[in-house]
Amino acid sequence: MVGRFLLIVLTLGLCTFVVRPEMFEAVFQPFTQNDAPAIYTQTSLLRLTLSHLALVACAVLASTIIAVALGILVTREFGREFLPLARTIASVGQTIPPVAVLALSVPMMGFGAAPTLLALFLYGLLPIFENTVTGLTNLPPNVIEAARGVGLIRRQRLWSVELPLAFPMILAGIRLSTVISLATATIGSTIAAPTLGEVIIAGLLTSNSAYVLQGGLVVGLIAIIIYEVFSSLEHSAARRLGFQMDA
Amino acid sequence: MHSDTTSLPRRRITLSPPGVVFAVIGLAALFVPIVTFKPNRIVPGDGVWITTAYDGVAGWLIVAILALLFLTGALKSLPPAVRIVAALAGLLGTIVILGHVATSLIADSARGARVSPAAGLWCMLAAYLLAAVDVLNRLELSLRARWMVLAGTVIVVVLVFASGYLANVSVMMEYAGRQAGFNAAFRQHLVLAFGSLGIALVIGFPIGVLLFQVNGLRRPVLGALNLMQTVPSLALFGIMIPIFGWIAMNVPMAAKLGVAGIGIFPALVALLFYSLLPVVSNTLVGLTGVAPEVGEAARGMGMTNAQVLARVQIPLALPVVLTAIRIVLVQNIGLAVIAGLIGGGGFGTFVFQGLNQSAMDLILLGTLPTIALALVAGTTLDLLVDALNTSPRKRSAS
Amino acid sequence: MIQIENLTKRYGSTEVVRGVSLRVRQGEIAALVGTSGSGKTTLLRMINRLVEPTEGRVLIDGEDASGIQPHLLRRRIGYAIQGHGLFPHRTVGQNIATVPHLLNWSNREIDARVDELLHLFQLDPAQFRDRMPHELSGGQQQRVGVARALAARPEVLLMDEPFGALDPVIRAKAQADLLELQKKLGTTLVIVTHDMEEAIALGDHIAVMDKGRLLQYGTPKDLLTQPADDFVESLIGSAERPFRLLSLTTVADLAEQGEATGATIARTTNLRDALAECLWRGVDVLPLDGGGVVTLNALRTSGRGLAETQGEVN
Repeated sequence: MVGRFLLIVLTLGLCTFVVRPEMFEAVFQPFTQNDAPAIYTQTSLLRLTLSHLALVACAVLASTIIAVALGILVTREFGREFLPLARTIASVGQTIPPVAVLALSVPMMGFGAAPTLLALFLYGLLPIFENTVTGLTNLPPNVIEAARGVGLIRRQRLWSVELPLAFPMILAGIRLSTVISLATATIGSTIAAPTLGEVIIAGLLTSNSAYVLQGGLVVGLIAIIIYEVFSSLEHSAARRLGFQMDA
Repeated sequence: MHSDTTSLPRRRITLSPPGVVFAVIGLAALFVPIVTFKPNRIVPGDGVWITTAYDGVAGWLIVAILALLFLTGALKSLPPAVRIVAALAGLLGTIVILGHVATSLIADSARGARVSPAAGLWCMLAAYLLAAVDVLNRLELSLRARWMVLAGTVIVVVLVFASGYLANVSVMMEYAGRQAGFNAAFRQHLVLAFGSLGIALVIGFPIGVLLFQVNGLRRPVLGALNLMQTVPSLALFGIMIPIFGWIAMNVPMAAKLGVAGIGIFPALVALLFYSLLPVVSNTLVGLTGVAPEVGEAARGMGMTNAQVLARVQIPLALPVVLTAIRIVLVQNIGLAVIAGLIGGGGFGTFVFQGLNQSAMDLILLGTLPTIALALVAGTTLDLLVDALNTSPRKRSAS
Repeated sequence: MIQIENLTKRYGSTEVVRGVSLRVRQGEIAALVGTSGSGKTTLLRMINRLVEPTEGRVLIDGEDASGIQPHLLRRRIGYAIQGHGLFPHRTVGQNIATVPHLLNWSNREIDARVDELLHLFQLDPAQFRDRMPHELSGGQQQRVGVARALAARPEVLLMDEPFGALDPVIRAKAQADLLELQKKLGTTLVIVTHDMEEAIALGDHIAVMDKGRLLQYGTPKDLLTQPADDFVESLIGSAERPFRLLSLTTVADLAEQGEATGATIARTTNLRDALAECLWRGVDVLPLDGGGVVTLNALRTSGRGLAETQGEVN
């Protein structure tokens, strides 16, 4: 309960700051030197926040659709041949740093939001795919047996038994992917994507700690809030199934 | 699992579905430029096809051989060894072609010309590599064989680059111009990744043991570390700068000890924060995973609690700690790139310089070694974890 | 009625089930017994085509099962398995409604059927209908599993070790409940078990399987008095056989005129329990419900007689 209350306070605080950053000028003033401005105003914080979130949301949505579809394909009978390789690619792929994927998408797509979106999408596929496959291959065998025995056809088994049971696992994959995407999108500002990283980078370039701090705070808070929301969704989904989940 | 349908009788020639996919990618790549040729660093380049790099029959012969190797890799009915050899031959052949084409193009043009790998080459490499990995995957190699595959791969890659055969490829030209800087960046990258790991182990392991003993501390400590892990890297790296800048200015001893707002110090601390959660939580998981009977038996033989911890529980928890080391190392090798943005050095320096100047070769010079480092570290530790888990000391509780 | 004709299942070159033929009459219980790997579960799963037979055929009420689409066949045949296999993401009511739903029953019919079944299994509908499976005890989950299998009023019910996950105390009660229910509904029942005790308690006929072969198919009495070979005999356990035989006959058969003191016992009590009762009370005569007695002497003679018949057979 305390956690939820804190989460609401944090969210409200974050919203206020993003909409009216000038109200907090006094807080950031001590971090500036030589009368530099305390609040980043080149681009409105609200606009950056919204485009940051939009970028992440689009990428994660696309990753989810494709990754879950691929996860379903490789766990069907006709796709089994691809399963071992797909697993290897997913686990080796996650060894590759997301920044590297971001940097490598520049030569393909130039600068701006597009290469960032591509990098977020590609990297975001891996955790969701891996979790979908794990979820769909570790189903309780007697439940699946019962689903066949009761006369559900394959499509019905997939939609009404297998996917709902794998759902908490898939959700965990989406959470991982979202957290990584939020971080990578921040770095995306180095390739001119309009994200909150812009504030931090501007601070680094002009040695203005106030910028660095406010950019970092906003991004950090967003990440924490999203993480917490996903975690509680996962918990309630898992509790519904009667699974024991570790905190 | 029994299937609804009975399996078809085996035919003579069977295709491996993944193999077919790779062959299709590879075959398509044969008709896409393999390298880009630029008369100088600024102008956009022109694509060069295999068939334009090698005139007439020679070009088509090469295309035919490469195609044949792709198809060999897709034939399931062939022995795995043949398929792997075909894929590896294709891989090496592609690299030989790259070096050869680069050298001959550079020789024929003015100074400052650049030859960089293009989409066709990347796709061919990827297709051969995936075909080889797919076959290897199905062989279920022994641990020893997997060590040998890893060592062999590293040796071959090092030999290819050390031989100077690829010296005329743009990335290697970039490297030649910055050898000293590259070596320094390599060193810094290792210091960042391994240094933060070392500190995290020194601090995190005792914290994990403490949490094991004091149940009430688990939630708050793990919760705080979890939050830290969630904060995006650029934000955490950035926040370190004002904090350490302030400490360096206001705490007299600090600056002398090397504390500064910019440079390797804040980067190391940021990486440390990301490393603590895996180390602490895996230490805890490892300790709680030890079967209670084992501890009971040790206590029954007259060991004190401290002895049980030191001689029984901690040794048994080590494999789980090793997986934490794997997670941290791979994660930090990647995150250390961000240090390049705050003057912390490492390969990130090249990446962000390259992004600033839109210099593709510089970006590659930073990213390729980072990826290679992460893959080698990840695979090595995977094998170590497997070795520890299959040794006779395997934990009784699984 | 289920007719199994020369049913064989091969995986590659290994034969899991070899040419099994047997017949289960309408409203009868057949128990398939054997050690693990005997092929009993595969045989059961071939009846509803969860496993496709390599050779032979299954007739359900004279209709060849291979001519019916597998999922449609399965909707006609109830199926309950060890560990119940309830869908953990669906409520008790939704679980039971699975097959009626697939058969497009109306909502009203489905609701009524769910409540009826919950009543039948002594679970209060108002209390249990909307609970999740993990909120139930093991015994309750098992009952819901059987209720789901019976939901669409199948003529045939297949059960694979349905009581395997229950502890022994509840198991006896669950078996008794199942017998009563089966009598009430008249469902044809095929049950797989590794426990000969359970097979004898439930089966009208028992099929003993080993290494994919059907060794013997007969009534419990047949098996006890005339085991087909050493394997069947070892499965029954030769030392306990007289007691098992005693448990097949009720005291009603040995009732004599007379009077005795003490609490009466039911006429349906089997001879084994009556013998135990005598020894426990330390008496020679037990009074029966509704008059008459059974004497320790008669029990002894009867036991000896059974043991001798067994000796003759060997």
